[in-house]
Amino acid sequence: MTTTLPILGDTPTLPADPSMLDDAARAAVPTTPFGLYVHVPFCATRCGYCDFNTYTSDELGPGANRSEYAATAIAELELAARVLGPEPPEISTVFVGGGTPTLLPAADLVAVLDRARQLFPVAPDVEVTTEANPESVTPESLAVLRAGGFTRISLGMQSAAPHVLAVLDRRHTPGRAAAAAREARAAGFEHVNLDLIYGAPGETDADWDLSLQAVLDAPVDHVSAYALIVEQGTKLARRVARGELPMPDDDVLADRYEQADRVLRGAGLEWYEVSNWATDRAARCRHNELYWANAHWWGIGPGAHSHVGGLRWWNVKHPAAYAARLAEGSHPAAGAERLTPEDVALETVMLGLRLRDGLALTALSDAGRARAADAVARGLLDPEAHAAGRAVLTDPGRLLADALVRDLTD
Amino acid sequence: MGSTVTAPARTDPARIRNFCIIAHIDHGKSTLADRMLEVTGIIEARQMRAQYLDRMDIERERGITIKSQNVRLPWSPREGEHAGVEHVLDMIDTPGHVDFTYEVSRSLAACEGAVLLVDAAQGIEAQTLANLYLAIENDLTIIPVLNKIDLPAAQPEKYAAEIAHIIGCDPDDVLRVSGKTGEGVPELLDRIVERIPAPTGVDEGPARAMIFDSVYDIYRGVITYVRVVDGRINSRDRIKMMSTGATHELLEIGVISPEPKPVEGLGVGEVGYFITGVKDVRQSKVGDTVTLQHAAATEAIGGYSDPKPMVYSGLYPVDGSDYQLLREALDKLLLNDAALTYEPETSAALGFGFRVGFLGLLHLEIVRERLERESNLSLISTAPNVVYRVEMEDGSEHVVTNPSDWPHGKMNAIYEPVVNATVIAPSDYTGTIMELCQSRRGSLSGMDYLSESRVELRYTLPLGEIIFDFFDALKSRTRGYASLDYAEAGEQQSDLVKVDILLQGEAVDAFSSIVHKDKAYSYGVMMAGKLRELIPRQQFEVPIQAAVGARVIARETVRAIRKDVLAKCYGGDISRKRKLLEKQKEGKKRMKMVGRVEVPQEAFVAALSNAEPTKK
Ligand SMILES: Nc1nc2c(ncn2[C@@H]2O[C@H](COP(=O)(O)OP(=O)(O)OP(=O)(O)O)[C@@H](O)[C@H]2O)c(=O)[nH]1
Ligand SMILES: C[S@@+](CC[C@H](N)C(=O)[O-])C[C@H]1O[C@@H](n2cnc3c(N)ncnc32)[C@H](O)[C@@H]1O
Ligand code: SF4
Ligand SMILES: [Mg+2]
Repeated sequence: MTTTLPILGDTPTLPADPSMLDDAARAAVPTTPFGLYVHVPFCATRCGYCDFNTYTSDELGPGANRSEYAATAIAELELAARVLGPEPPEISTVFVGGGTPTLLPAADLVAVLDRARQLFPVAPDVEVTTEANPESVTPESLAVLRAGGFTRISLGMQSAAPHVLAVLDRRHTPGRAAAAAREARAAGFEHVNLDLIYGAPGETDADWDLSLQAVLDAPVDHVSAYALIVEQGTKLARRVARGELPMPDDDVLADRYEQADRVLRGAGLEWYEVSNWATDRAARCRHNELYWANAHWWGIGPGAHSHVGGLRWWNVKHPAAYAARLAEGSHPAAGAERLTPEDVALETVMLGLRLRDGLALTALSDAGRARAADAVARGLLDPEAHAAGRAVLTDPGRLLADALVRDLTD
Repeated sequence: MGSTVTAPARTDPARIRNFCIIAHIDHGKSTLADRMLEVTGIIEARQMRAQYLDRMDIERERGITIKSQNVRLPWSPREGEHAGVEHVLDMIDTPGHVDFTYEVSRSLAACEGAVLLVDAAQGIEAQTLANLYLAIENDLTIIPVLNKIDLPAAQPEKYAAEIAHIIGCDPDDVLRVSGKTGEGVPELLDRIVERIPAPTGVDEGPARAMIFDSVYDIYRGVITYVRVVDGRINSRDRIKMMSTGATHELLEIGVISPEPKPVEGLGVGEVGYFITGVKDVRQSKVGDTVTLQHAAATEAIGGYSDPKPMVYSGLYPVDGSDYQLLREALDKLLLNDAALTYEPETSAALGFGFRVGFLGLLHLEIVRERLERESNLSLISTAPNVVYRVEMEDGSEHVVTNPSDWPHGKMNAIYEPVVNATVIAPSDYTGTIMELCQSRRGSLSGMDYLSESRVELRYTLPLGEIIFDFFDALKSRTRGYASLDYAEAGEQQSDLVKVDILLQGEAVDAFSSIVHKDKAYSYGVMMAGKLRELIPRQQFEVPIQAAVGARVIARETVRAIRKDVLAKCYGGDISRKRKLLEKQKEGKKRMKMVGRVEVPQEAFVAALSNAEPTKK
């Protein structure tokens, strides 16, 4: 089987042809920060709310099972280096996400990282993050990761309340996430993050407070707090549809958000993106910042998304299909799009407005700027920043960010 | 057919019987007509399909007759005075629903007799009476018939007695048939020949024919159905419309048997059709008299008045850019529906649309469905309203067909249309029905027992109350046993007010309604409550008020939204986020703006449609 990217028409045919990047995209490569994402599509069980591309079976097919996965991912890494070559860009960040990356032996994750170092130049201050589930790390595995070059770990804690963890189908015990964070620190990780989910059915203000306190008791320099989203097709969505569980209430979610911001800020963690808090600039997740700045990244793995010079593509979703493509030397992309100037303008506002640093008013149309002035009057944008030429969300503005993005891009 | 005496244009009027079948909705008129087509042999069994004469898609889907249909049938009675002599029966199948009563009345004018059909399991119902009285007014000979005697639930004895009681005949005179099995149908045809008078008319005089229906066909133009009263019309004649003096060449003249068949001409007492090439049913008006251009008659046959719209509603395209398409679709429908009226109107909330007049709610529903289906439109209709007449203190007068045109200033008197309504139901429900009618400002004008267990109640009711879910309320309170009929009965002076609905202080014209003073409050509370559920939260608080003039009578609030942000981790999948945003922006475009408030289309549809009764 040979594949073509729809966006590119009938030619060129991939495998792995550097010509898949047009001259304009290629020209942007040397001057744009570049990150690597590695998707690990495995979980021990699927959490009821989760619609990420992840699989619980370990019999997915040749090249797609856990034991072979690192080798398959490395095959795509090699393809990436070929396409971006002959002088591939310097890697400034690496993010291994999932799924549950730590379901793979730590040595496998390190092997992928090692191969990346062989194929690409790497920045001296490279940030290398892995996501991890609290129950799937040990002091030993953390030590291997740290020694192999990982600098940052992001643990999925979600909640400290047992009944909330149960509603979310999480497997770890309430104290385990904080313990894993301490183990990571002890193993020498400079940066430790905990992920939280708020607004789950049955969660009370007190539960949420307990979770926030548990986070603050752990040695973290970063916290991500996400509002529970009932995604279509998930078990959670079915339970809500059947009336077994209530739909999260927007007002409650707003309360929780404000509560989180208050508590985290009190402990010295400041927001730098709508859902992310950090102790200082150095603690921010640089890989995510790279996404939000619409820089360049290559996503390795099934379903992973990439962006280089206005060209976006995404891989086939199933690990077996993905592995098969690579095994026959084809490109694993399932589809692609070329961003139009309108797309870019919209994304710039959509991503930039969510940041603490905000967005230059020059990124807006005339109409958008007029609406920005109106948003200042309505208390959603910061007046001082506005006077200085930037659109920066106020505290209430953060909770209405999407509405504001729609207003500003009308 | 063979016999020359029954050939079109040469039929001896003594051999003609013109009749229609009238009944309450669903009592089996069209099915009985099917059996008549079969036993008279004009249709072979293999060509047969149920309700053969319901020719429109919408009739077949809904299983109801909307347009009358006529058919010429040959029949030789098997016994009696006329045994063995071939006759011509011109049968007209009519609709049963109250909205189409005018169709029945025009059919009656073409006949000397009527078969009054009554479902033997249901008995007399409201439209049975209404149609019976129409037939009596037209001086027709009535042949009472019980249908569906094959049903196990049939009670022919009981209902024969009911019928006899009403029309003053002997219960034994009530024929019994089954439209399903065909039982009794030949006997019925014999009875028709025996009892219904033959048409009389002046054979030699100037031709006069009465138009009783006029239908637009996309291939053939307008097809005009006539009953010849005097003289003859031949295929080569030029005809003249007596109301306008317009003359036309005949392209075709014929009879329906059961499909159109061109003939040489039509003579005294015959029923048939002609085609002249005109494109608009208004050029061939129902009730008009047709004569010949040369040798024209001087006096028209007394016609009947145009159907008058009883109910108005605003129709708006959901997508404003479909306005032109809607206009074309209405123009097209108008060619075929003389009862439809419309004119352009503008709504601040809904944009450009039309105020359309209908015969009733079923008519509204059917027109709307045909517009949507035949022109692929999606429409919003405002809550239906009746026509009001307002006399101002300064002596001026306003006729209001749209609540938002309600006049300002001092009013002397307000008039609303009323109807004479008939409700027939098991007598157990008498109290319940009286309560309902009273709560709808009805006044009892009479009451009769059809039999020990069934009662007929007659009320004068404001039409505006009837079109506001009266029928649903009646059905649900009588477990479906009550039937309703009504007919215009002039107007009455009433204490009416206009209730406005305001969003953030701005009146939404599409939600304004004219209601009785005593109901303003409950209407206001109901509408405000409904809108509170339907209007999505905005970035600011939205007060919803119901007001009569400057006086606020009900108030609700849609609280400001506090959270409108997706706080989840999408990683590198930026496209997903952008697509979500684009979808939201699309949705925002489809919102109607009321001041700063974004109101989704669905909110209009839901708010307006629930306030409107569902189908009968
Ligand atoms: N069992 C039985 N059912 C019948 C008979 N006649 C009609 N029906 C059924 O009654 C229903 C209504 O029949 P129609 O012939 O459409 O009634 P209609 O009076 O023409 O109805 P409208 O034109 O809508 O007023 C259909 O489901 C028929 O099949 C009958 O003699 N016996
Ligand atoms: C890519 S996921 C996977 C991380 C890891 N497997 C775990 O669950 O611990 C990263 C984070 O997204 C958040 N998340 C996943 N599904 C979500 C949902 N439906 N609503 C809100 N947050 C969600 C969770 O906080 C999760 O930790
Ligand atoms: S562990 Fe993480 S990736 Fe796996 S199912 Fe749960 S939330 Fe999804
Ligand atoms: Mg019928």
